[in-house]
Amino acid sequence: MIALAIIAGLIVASAALALTRRNLVHTSLLLVLTWAGIGAFYLWAGAEFIGFAQLLVYAGAISMVVLFAVLLTQPQPDLAPINPESHKRSGLALIAAAGVGAVLVKAVLATEFIAPATSAPSLTVLELGQELMGTHAAALLIIGLILTIALIGATTIAAARRGKDDT
Amino acid sequence: MQWLVHHLITIVAILAVFGLFFAFLTIIERKFLARIQNRRGPNRAGLPWAPKFRLWGLTQPFADAVKSLTKEDIVPDAADRILHFLAPVVVCTFALMTFAVIPFGQNLIAVELDAGVLYFFAAGATTELTIFMAGWASHNKYSLLSAMRALAQLISYELPLLLAVVPVVLLTGTLSTMGIVEAQAGYTLGFIPHWHIFTPWGVAAFLVFFIATLAETNRSPFDLPEAESEIIAGHLTEYSGFKYALFFMAEYFGMTALCGLGVTLFLGGWQAPSPFLTFVPSYLWFGLKLFLMMLLLIWIRGTLLRLRIDQLTRLSWKLLVPLALVNLVNAAVWSLTADIGGIAQLARWGLSLAVIVTTFVLLGRRLGRGLAPRTYRYAP
Repeated sequence: MIALAIIAGLIVASAALALTRRNLVHTSLLLVLTWAGIGAFYLWAGAEFIGFAQLLVYAGAISMVVLFAVLLTQPQPDLAPINPESHKRSGLALIAAAGVGAVLVKAVLATEFIAPATSAPSLTVLELGQELMGTHAAALLIIGLILTIALIGATTIAAARRGKDDT
Repeated sequence: MQWLVHHLITIVAILAVFGLFFAFLTIIERKFLARIQNRRGPNRAGLPWAPKFRLWGLTQPFADAVKSLTKEDIVPDAADRILHFLAPVVVCTFALMTFAVIPFGQNLIAVELDAGVLYFFAAGATTELTIFMAGWASHNKYSLLSAMRALAQLISYELPLLLAVVPVVLLTGTLSTMGIVEAQAGYTLGFIPHWHIFTPWGVAAFLVFFIATLAETNRSPFDLPEAESEIIAGHLTEYSGFKYALFFMAEYFGMTALCGLGVTLFLGGWQAPSPFLTFVPSYLWFGLKLFLMMLLLIWIRGTLLRLRIDQLTRLSWKLLVPLALVNLVNAAVWSLTADIGGIAQLARWGLSLAVIVTTFVLLGRRLGRGLAPRTYRYAP
């Protein structure tokens, strides 16, 4: 229980700090810490496979993409559509946050929580893989397809913009 | 209590063995590189109480350790102090953590995990993140350039590295490093070991893995993030003393760990190469294979020139990734046709090899198209 408290504290603290930092690189690194904390939570819960996958994908790969994007986009304060300090901006942020929060609360309330099993189910990686590739194969394929389409789309947009710059 | 003692002993053993391995690796690397460059290498350091005995300079690493420990630790004024301090600490921690799942011998593994291979990559994934932290926190344009290069390199080479591992997992049906080594036990005709490198898909996967290893550990010819002659050691520019030593240590730990994984996945781990050599302890076999892999890395460092960043990414996306993908399909076919017997086995071998060689030749030609040998003009 103490371990859970430490992990939860880490996640919440790093997420809160990430929100308050003005420096984008600090924010992204704190976000990576949050993701690592979630990975640690999975490990605490005994879900080894998903814990390592979380660390590998988020702390390893997505963090790189985020940092790359942060470094490649130059901060241009004059070009920002809304002044960062304005009331309009904070108002819009509040509305967006409220919307996301409402969806999440609704989802949590609508979920019927099954009583936890008395003993933790022990799944080997092999069983997990068979489950993913057997019962949930369709879902997996659809997710893969969507991601591939997104990737191709991103490449196309980048390539099109490159062509425009050259002329 | 027993649990705690068990893990403490493991940690101390790994620290001691690989600490010493790292120390002597540095002197071996310097000596070997010197031999390649027709020099003598460090040969002055002797024993402090008996200056007459120089021992071919073998005590050099200890002198280096004392030197780096007693050097002044300089932090630039403009640096981000916290990140500047955290980067070497984090890089060394995670580099050491990867050793936990490598089977050094029969029953000689720190933590036996069901998803060992996944753990290895999860723990190793932070290396480039820390290089970024170091480069960005130093507040130095060379360091920042190095951070950008490190990111580009990671994005390009993580993919072939993982894709090269997938065929092994596919064929052995397990993510546990122990299980993968056990799957390579046994000998065909009594003398050819069942190591993965002795199969067509295994050769291709090993080559991709090895090249990606070089890139992941920032070794020459892929040492773009630290490129001394271009960006004066990049992310290491603003580090001195013990922090610099930590980076250095982490680099060698990372190299050793990735080579250890390569030995585990492709070279039969701790298995002996011949049935009549099994009397030699398994950890010696693992050590020997690991040492040969490290020598190969040093040899490559002494031989090849550093790539340019566009050549580096092109090599990955246009050669390694397609080759690894084709190899994945190849391995899948190999796994499906495992039960056929007799003469069909030879056909399976030939077909698999032909697929790999054809792909490699075609991709290599496409990669090299339009590139003629460089001509040089010298001043009269």
